[in-house]
Amino acid sequence: MRAVWILWLRQLKRYSRSRARIVGSLGQPLLFLFALGFGFGPVFARAGNGSYMEFVTPGIITMAIVFTAVFGGIEMIWDRQFGFLKETLVAPVPRLAIVIGRTSGGATVALLQGLIVFVVCLLAGFRVHHPLLLPLALAFMGLISMLFTAIGSVLRDMQGFQLILNFLVLPLFFFSNALFPLAGLPAPLRTVVLLNPLSYGVAGMRAAFSGGIGFDMATDFAVLGAAAAFSLGISSLLFSRIEA
Amino acid sequence: MDSIISTKDLRKTFRGQRGNVEAVRGVSFDVNRGEIFGFLGPNGAGKTTTIKMLTTVLAPTSGQIRIAGHDPVREPMLVRRAFGIVFQDPSLDDELTAQENLALHAALYGVPRKEQTQRIEALLGFVGLWERRGDYVKQYSGGMKRRLEIARAFLHQPRLLFLDEPTLGLDPQTRSLIWDFVKGLAKEQSVTVFFTTHAMEEAERVADDITVIDHGRIVAEGTAAMLREATATSSLEEAFIALTGRDIREDEASPAERMRMVRRAWRGR
Repeated sequence: MRAVWILWLRQLKRYSRSRARIVGSLGQPLLFLFALGFGFGPVFARAGNGSYMEFVTPGIITMAIVFTAVFGGIEMIWDRQFGFLKETLVAPVPRLAIVIGRTSGGATVALLQGLIVFVVCLLAGFRVHHPLLLPLALAFMGLISMLFTAIGSVLRDMQGFQLILNFLVLPLFFFSNALFPLAGLPAPLRTVVLLNPLSYGVAGMRAAFSGGIGFDMATDFAVLGAAAAFSLGISSLLFSRIEA
Repeated sequence: MDSIISTKDLRKTFRGQRGNVEAVRGVSFDVNRGEIFGFLGPNGAGKTTTIKMLTTVLAPTSGQIRIAGHDPVREPMLVRRAFGIVFQDPSLDDELTAQENLALHAALYGVPRKEQTQRIEALLGFVGLWERRGDYVKQYSGGMKRRLEIARAFLHQPRLLFLDEPTLGLDPQTRSLIWDFVKGLAKEQSVTVFFTTHAMEEAERVADDITVIDHGRIVAEGTAAMLREATATSSLEEAFIALTGRDIREDEASPAERMRMVRRAWRGR
């Protein structure tokens, strides 16, 4: 549909025009990549876990995606409070089309940001073992993008942004398997990590990069897909209730 | 049956923690096709709530509305197609160019692609922004943004145009220019104009018909001359004060106003 397409295109234009945003949101993941990747590398290898860079890259890509997607929620706040949202709300277009256009646009932007980080990781020494499985890794990135764009788009004001960032997004990221492996975790932490849908996204991406395709990956896909669908449903529902 | 807007006993009650607020309490009026209709009232009188109900963004608590023969609650898409609107605050995307803003609007309203280019060129030419079509809207002045929004509101060839305080904060030159554009386009495309303003001399000058609302009820209807006569005053401003009293209405800061300050702090303007 034309409305969905134009709203998607709008997000992409806004993204490609704000170079500060592109460069700015690369800072954090790259800091993590170089500080953690090279810093923990020797310890990780000594513990017999192999290359930490190899391990942490999917986590760093995830980080870039998660933060770009949620920060996209700020745009939603501006739009909501400064009128542009009104332009879409009185247009003869179903609310669902607006949600789909915006969310797919935001998710595409987050995905692109993830891909930029992926390329930087490749330059820093990350190796993909099975290039043929790259589309699968991309699919996981796409689902993570959608999940967190949906979470970001429920924001109503800047106070809410702080709340969601500190009590939802950061915990989801840190209590996942993005930065550390699941093996040998204390039982409570292990439970938390396993209950976190983001863990399945990271695990799936990791498996796709290293070639570990199998039953686990199907589970990862199902859990992450369900979480993304659920959050998209909630954000659509909330959006349909907005009164301009 | 020559009215494009018709409301009957329209009511809106907001339920809140501090009790219910009856913003609109039984409003009935008609707007004739082709006229310029001024909808006046002090802050908090129920103007904005009424406009929101007319433009499908708020559902009435009770009462009836017909916009171009359609019910905004049951047939919102048909109603939305029938009107164009210029909101009180700009609703453009600052990060896009003028032309891109119009193209986006055309896509949302399903303007045929073949006609789109030609209409955009004609409208931008009319409001004097064709040379600046490729500039980002953030580089536009307040008056230019208003002109662009007016051009945009006409893009899908609506039968009815809502203008919510279209000249707020503009200098007299720009105000008169804006009304020239609105009247010119409205006449050319035989569009009915429904507007609100606090500038009484402006309403007196441009409105064919005026309705005054206060405390959620209509307190006067007629031409400016009729209102002056009924209140035995010599200007619409005096008539308005005679009708609505001298009390100042305390309005709470709207979320938009609060956010505007936050944004200024964030963006450094």
